[in-house]
Amino acid sequence: MATHTPRRHGGVFDVLQEWITTVDHKKIGLMYIGYALIFLVVAGAEALLMRVQLAVPNNHFVSPQTFNRLFTMHGTTMVFFVGMPILFGFGNYLIPLMIGARDMAFPRLNAFSFWISAFGGFLLYFSYLAGSGLYGAGTAPDVGWFAYAPLTSRVFSPGHSTDYWTLSVLLSGVGSIGTALNIVATALTMRCRGMKLSRMPLLVWLYVVTSCIAFIAVSPLTAAQIMLVIDRYLGGHFFDTQAGGSAVLWMHFFWIFGHPEVYILVLPAFAFANEIIPVFSRKAIFGYPAMVAATVAIGFISMGVWAHHMFTVGLGPEANAFFTFSTMVIAVPTGIKIFNWLATMWGGSIRFATPMIFSIGFLFQFLIAGLTGVMLAASPFDWQLGNSYFVVAHFHYVLVGAILFMIFAAFYFWYPKITGRMMSETLGKWHFWLFVIGFHMTFDFMHVPGLLGMPRRIYTYEADRGWGGWNMIVSIGAIFQTAATLIFVYNLIRSYYKGEEAGPDPWDAWTLEWSTSSPPPSYNFAEIPTVHSRRPLWDLKHPDDPDTNYE
Amino acid sequence: MSTAVAVSHSTEDDWKQPSRGMVGMACLIAAESAIFIIFVIAYIFYTGKSLTGPTPREVLDLPIFSTVCLLSSSITVHFAVHQLRAGKIGQCSAWLAGTVLLGGIFIGSTAKEWYELIYHHGLTIRTNLFGTTFYSLVGLHASHVIAGLIMLSLALIFSLQGKVNAHHAERLEVLSVYWHFVDAVWVVVFTVVYVLGR
Repeated sequence: MATHTPRRHGGVFDVLQEWITTVDHKKIGLMYIGYALIFLVVAGAEALLMRVQLAVPNNHFVSPQTFNRLFTMHGTTMVFFVGMPILFGFGNYLIPLMIGARDMAFPRLNAFSFWISAFGGFLLYFSYLAGSGLYGAGTAPDVGWFAYAPLTSRVFSPGHSTDYWTLSVLLSGVGSIGTALNIVATALTMRCRGMKLSRMPLLVWLYVVTSCIAFIAVSPLTAAQIMLVIDRYLGGHFFDTQAGGSAVLWMHFFWIFGHPEVYILVLPAFAFANEIIPVFSRKAIFGYPAMVAATVAIGFISMGVWAHHMFTVGLGPEANAFFTFSTMVIAVPTGIKIFNWLATMWGGSIRFATPMIFSIGFLFQFLIAGLTGVMLAASPFDWQLGNSYFVVAHFHYVLVGAILFMIFAAFYFWYPKITGRMMSETLGKWHFWLFVIGFHMTFDFMHVPGLLGMPRRIYTYEADRGWGGWNMIVSIGAIFQTAATLIFVYNLIRSYYKGEEAGPDPWDAWTLEWSTSSPPPSYNFAEIPTVHSRRPLWDLKHPDDPDTNYE
Repeated sequence: MSTAVAVSHSTEDDWKQPSRGMVGMACLIAAESAIFIIFVIAYIFYTGKSLTGPTPREVLDLPIFSTVCLLSSSITVHFAVHQLRAGKIGQCSAWLAGTVLLGGIFIGSTAKEWYELIYHHGLTIRTNLFGTTFYSLVGLHASHVIAGLIMLSLALIFSLQGKVNAHHAERLEVLSVYWHFVDAVWVVVFTVVYVLGR
């Protein structure tokens, strides 16, 4: 990760000390992002190993035991140690800059949250060394990322691998709550003069809603992990079916976290789109209040959909009907957002720079992901396809096709602000097209073996099932995505040294972060700005026709 | 924050935003409530599902006295904040001391209750589902009481040392909100565990 080294040249230890002891929101944000990128590469490599294993039938590239560890580590890492930290990293970096503040509300809590999350990630991977403990049983966790009971009990998971999983997720949860608390407090109490809530950039609004979801959704996971620790260490019976405990209760607790988690991850992606699409369409965002309302609506509805992950458990007709309905209802505010983005682009003079083409890719792919989501929301359909590769294809369409695409867009968009240099547009276009090809080869075609009945989490399959060709295409797509990601990493590093000078405002944008130098000084703004509209820089550049006239 | 030349704009029109501490505490309470709700749901879900004894009816007594103490401590901490805002440090210390005492009585009677459950009734966290859910829910609440008591004691020590003045009223108020929350949780735990669950 290209981080800007301090101007004064000290020894390595001075630099290290500066970063380790920092409470500056920009440095903490960059550490979040850098740490997430490292885990992105690790978890991506795990995905690649799985795709090699599944490319042809009857393969023995990795053992079944290794395969179980790979999908567990891939899922856990991507959700807790890539998705969450990279989004919190951008939030940390951008929110104070966007609201005209000098730091987050609680800078030391901010550092604490980062380090405890980071420690969680290292603990998870330390299991490869220490997971077998005295039992010599297993190394890394192999219980799947949702770790259903009773698989996680002592009897079925001897050794310490599951403990490492539980504790690392618990620590990540504590860090997430800390950062979420900080984001809400910053947005509500640190805004510069004149920035009423109705003038706050949409990115900040969406991060506030994300954080509120985190309070209500991440905490149940923390509670469930505490229960699991009590079961494993103190001999409790929460999920111990032998003593009357319930395995289904764990499912409920996990998915009360698990589904809103999807919105915790996707709302920041929407937030990036809300900032990037208007700038490259040269128009103000269409329907700002509708956008805020839709986001809040998504926040509320997301709390009432979790059991659509459990249709195959057999919930009874009332619960099935309710969760099918609530899940389909959530498509309404999401649809409002898509129409708002389209209306923002409509009639604009669109600049197809790299951040924008990634955003357009996001729009189309997110729509398709939403459509397969509506399909799976219908419980009878879900009974057919639950736990198949169709589900895997659906949620990767959201996580990669929507969220990762917007994360890439955010990198290209804010990299000049963070480093003071532009990323290469040529390499950016190569990255985009290779990634689009790879993405669609992998995840479009992954739906098909799912429809043909291929269950997820099998380490290999018989040749006569007719899944071989489809899996080969899926695996080849993964190679394209890997190549594209390597180009992206190369672009990040190369542009840091050789990129064009960016200046404070290379995209001719309108929010406050572009009013200070690139990279911003540690105090962000020499003078705390005062704003009069939603687009303070527009007002500054067009004093003859300020936004204030229209709000 | 080295070279920052802060240009203060705090003049004319009133640009007022909520207090940082209060917003932070409200967020913490939201997150903590979610944790407690999950433990309460687990308790209710497993009520009466233990395969072996002892049952709540056999071993639990209504902790009326300690409940009264804990709930009264909400009132005393409120007066402590009130006196601090008025600048009466001595009064504030007295009310804080009362709060710590009442909270201490509560945690002491919980300890006594647990001692009797463990040594006289043989109920531990591994005995049955009731033991597992009871100790974790009541224990989660008790650990919050202990955290609150540590912070209140620190505030008491500082105020006895004369390091506290009226400017700190807002901080003490944030702490008092936490303490009110802990009390409110106890109302729920009391109702679920000792009234409905028995």
